[in-house]
Order: sequence, then C-alpha cells, then structure tokens
Amino acid sequence: MSTVKQAGLLGGRALREGVRTPESLIPTLLIPLFFLVVNVGQAGKIFPSVSTPFLRGQSYAAFQLPSSLLLAASFSSAALYLVEDIEGGYFDKLRAAPISRSALVIGRLLAESLKSVLITSVLILLALPFGISIASGPLGFLLLLVLNALWAVTFAGFMQLIALKSRSAAATNSGGLVFFPLLFLTPNFVPRDLLTRPMEIAATFNPVTYVMEALRSLILEDFSWAPLARGFGVLAALGVLMVILNVRLINHYD
Amino acid sequence: MNGGPGAPLAVEAEQLVKQFRGRNGTVDAVRGVDLKVVAGEVFGFLGPNGAGKSTTVRMLTTLMSITSGRARVAGVDVMAEPDAARRCIGVALQEAGLDPRQTGRELLVLQARLFGSSATQAAMRAQELLELLELVDAADRRVKGYSGGMRRRLDLASALVHEPEVLFLDEPTTGLDPASRLTVWEEVRRINARGTTIFLTTQYLEEADQLCDRLAIIDGGLIVREGTPARLKAELRQRRHLAADPTLDEVFLDATGRSRERPAGEVQQVSA
Repeated sequence: MSTVKQAGLLGGRALREGVRTPESLIPTLLIPLFFLVVNVGQAGKIFPSVSTPFLRGQSYAAFQLPSSLLLAASFSSAALYLVEDIEGGYFDKLRAAPISRSALVIGRLLAESLKSVLITSVLILLALPFGISIASGPLGFLLLLVLNALWAVTFAGFMQLIALKSRSAAATNSGGLVFFPLLFLTPNFVPRDLLTRPMEIAATFNPVTYVMEALRSLILEDFSWAPLARGFGVLAALGVLMVILNVRLINHYD
Repeated sequence: MNGGPGAPLAVEAEQLVKQFRGRNGTVDAVRGVDLKVVAGEVFGFLGPNGAGKSTTVRMLTTLMSITSGRARVAGVDVMAEPDAARRCIGVALQEAGLDPRQTGRELLVLQARLFGSSATQAAMRAQELLELLELVDAADRRVKGYSGGMRRRLDLASALVHEPEVLFLDEPTTGLDPASRLTVWEEVRRINARGTTIFLTTQYLEEADQLCDRLAIIDGGLIVREGTPARLKAELRQRRHLAADPTLDEVFLDATGRSRERPAGEVQQVSA
C-alpha cells in the first residue's frame, strides 16, 4: 500500500475524530468571529470605506477577515490528538503496523487541510453579513480556501513537531500560543506601508504577513499576482520544511 | 502448545543492549540480553519494575532502536527489515493502546487495512475477531465506553488482525479484575493453540506458572534465570536443599536478589 493511501486511511480516522468532538470545533469558529467583530467595532469608524483607499470600496471587515481566517486555521487540534494517542498508547499500536512512518504524521495534516476548508467556508459565510465580498470571484474564493488550508497544514505541522518532541499536552498547547505574537506582528490593522518603521521591519520578516497579504488581495482586489506568488511561495517553503522536519522526527522516534 | 526441540526459533536476541543518553549521563536499561523462543511456545518474560522487560519488548517489536546486538523475530532481523518484522508480529502493550473515539469495529477495520487488507477483507476479519473475542454486542459502540476487560480483549483483537506468527503481550492482565484476568488467560491459550507463539511479560508469577511453557527472568537489564517453570523450581530446591519444590515466587525472589536470604542487587545467572 502506498504512503498516500496509508496517509489517507489515517487522515480519515482523524476526520472522524474531529466529527465526533464537535465541541473542539466551536471555539475554532467563535473566537475568530469574535476577533472580527471586536476589531471592526474598534477601528471600523476610523477607516470608512468611502474615504479609505486601501479598502477598495469594501468595509473594514473585509480588510480584517484574513486575520480571523488565519486564526481559525491556527486552532489545529491535530497535535493535541497526537499527544493523546502517544499518551494512551495508540500511537505505538499504529507504529507497530508495517506502514510508512511519514504516513503517521502526514495523515493528520491531510485531515487538517480538509477541516480548514470547511471551517474557512463557514467563516466566510458567517462574515457575509458584514458586507464582505470576494472581489476575485469564485476562483479567488477557491484560492483563498487553498491558501488557508496550506497555512493550517503548516501550523499543524509546527504543532506536531512540539507534540512529537515533548510528548506533552501542556507543552503542545503552549506552543500554539506562538501564533498570537506572529499575528500581531503583521499588517493586521493597516497595510504594511502605514505601519511605523520598527513594526514594518518586524512584519517584513514575519512569514504570516505574506499569507495575510495574499488572502487580503483575493478579498479586496481582482487577481493581483505579486502578493499571491509571495503568499504561496512562503507557504510552499514553510509547508515543505514542516513536513520534512515531521518526517525526520518520526523516523527517529523511539 | 509447545514447539519441539527442532522447531524453528520465533524470537532470537543476541547481546541485545539499550542505552538511554540523558543530561545525567548514560543509563543501561538492557545490558546484553540473549533469548531464544521456540516457535509455538508461550514464553514468559518476568522481572521487577525497571528490570528492562518493556524495553526489551519494545526493541523486539521495532518500537525502539537497538543500541547494539541483534534481534530476529520469525526469522526477520528487526533492525534491517522493520516492516517485514512488523508483518510477522502482533503487539499488545502495557496500556491497552486504543482510540477511545472509534468504535471497536472501526478500530479493527483500520488496523487490518494498515496491514494491507482490502476494505472487504478488513470488514470480514474485524467481524471474525469480534466474534472470537466475544465483543460483537459492543462492536459498534465507541471504545471509551468499554470496560477494562473489554478494552484488553479489543487490544488483543487488534494485535491479531493480520494473523501474526508471534504475539507480544506486555503485562496483558495488569489492572484487571480476577474474572477478566481469567478470560485473558483463556484467550492466550486459545490463540496459542492456533499456532501463534506468545511472548508474554508479566509481574504475576501465578500467570506465568499457569500459561508459560518456558520463561526468563530479567533483572538489572540481564537475564538471570531461564528455563521451564518446573526446572527452575527443581534447580532452586536442589541448590537450597529444600524439602519440597518452591513456588515460582520463591524462584523469582531468589533470582532477583529480593529474598531475605540474599540482599537485593546480587545477581546470579542460572540456566535450568
């Protein structure tokens, strides 16, 4: 059986796990929505759509939506379920099967990408009443789902590294908090050129910036290839790095 | 079932060593274990806590790397061909390693598919095992609702999906009530009667006495006794000039240096 098929079987199991714990999905939807409401409530009046060029005629909620989408994609449960498998002994049961070690880590990442597609779609639906539309149309919407799913895989990969290394739920949970400083060191409230110089430098070195700008470009503009190329480029590099590190760690897992 | 003297070896370890390197230096968990388990027998692997039982089992089942030495299971080198070795062995470790969110049937089907069965074959094998281990009524319930005994039986079933030649059971009855323990014993006998070699670690000497054709006692990472229960008892009786055969408990205490007569830590290697 090929690694892809094995990963598919394990991914299917991870999806079942998610469906059977709907309580873990509720915060994934509500907290990003809460951030959207609060951020728009706090800064919406400062940036009216008619007089704010960077909004390109949309509401401030459209500018804020990428932050919420990225936040939702970063609420990965894959690593926590992995720690549960390790602590409960089921991970050893899977390791005792004659399957590729890579499938053990890639299966959960596959499931995470599908979960992200679902959650991102629901969040966008919930955000429509804020006057948001996807300026790049249906194809842009699909690209947006792919971008966010790639981010979900990348961040879940990072969390899985902590899980495999620490084998501790507490450490894995704490590792997830890394996303918050990363999120706030982005052009979260205004475009990068309006940030103060130190913030602009920090945002330029932060990979999340490029993913956010790519998502934003799909929401606010018709296709703008430069931010999309940067966003997909950063995700491809980070995604590949995370998968390589995961595979390396699982191959040396004792 | 006991393999004859000419029977092939199901498990073979030569100078098996496991060292753990930590901040405080190197710990020798297993210090050169030699084992020979004949195909078809129930082999007991005993030892006090921290003696190296589970570490040895984890090395033999490909779950842990081997620092030095060699191990073969069903004739396959576990280091050189881990996947081939995995196809020959079933593993039920100390904690019943199960996914609480799946049903018993889903768990068995997934395990069978991971061992290469098609969806139809996996479903049939799962049903067969659920019937064999009397779990049919609970098959479509999630595992989190299973009792300790049911979990153990399901764990056993999941170790048997691919009809392994050698079944490793690491303390399979720890934490079970006496009735569940007897049920597991029956299952072990039944599985062995079908030709599967059983490598059983346990801390319950009565269990070893009841089930095992031969056993080895490990202490401090070394094998300190090896033989049939009857021969080990006879050896102790002769060496200590006892009036009657000692119990396996006394053999164990003598072997691990935890009797009143000998202080802990003094290890003598005896083969009977």
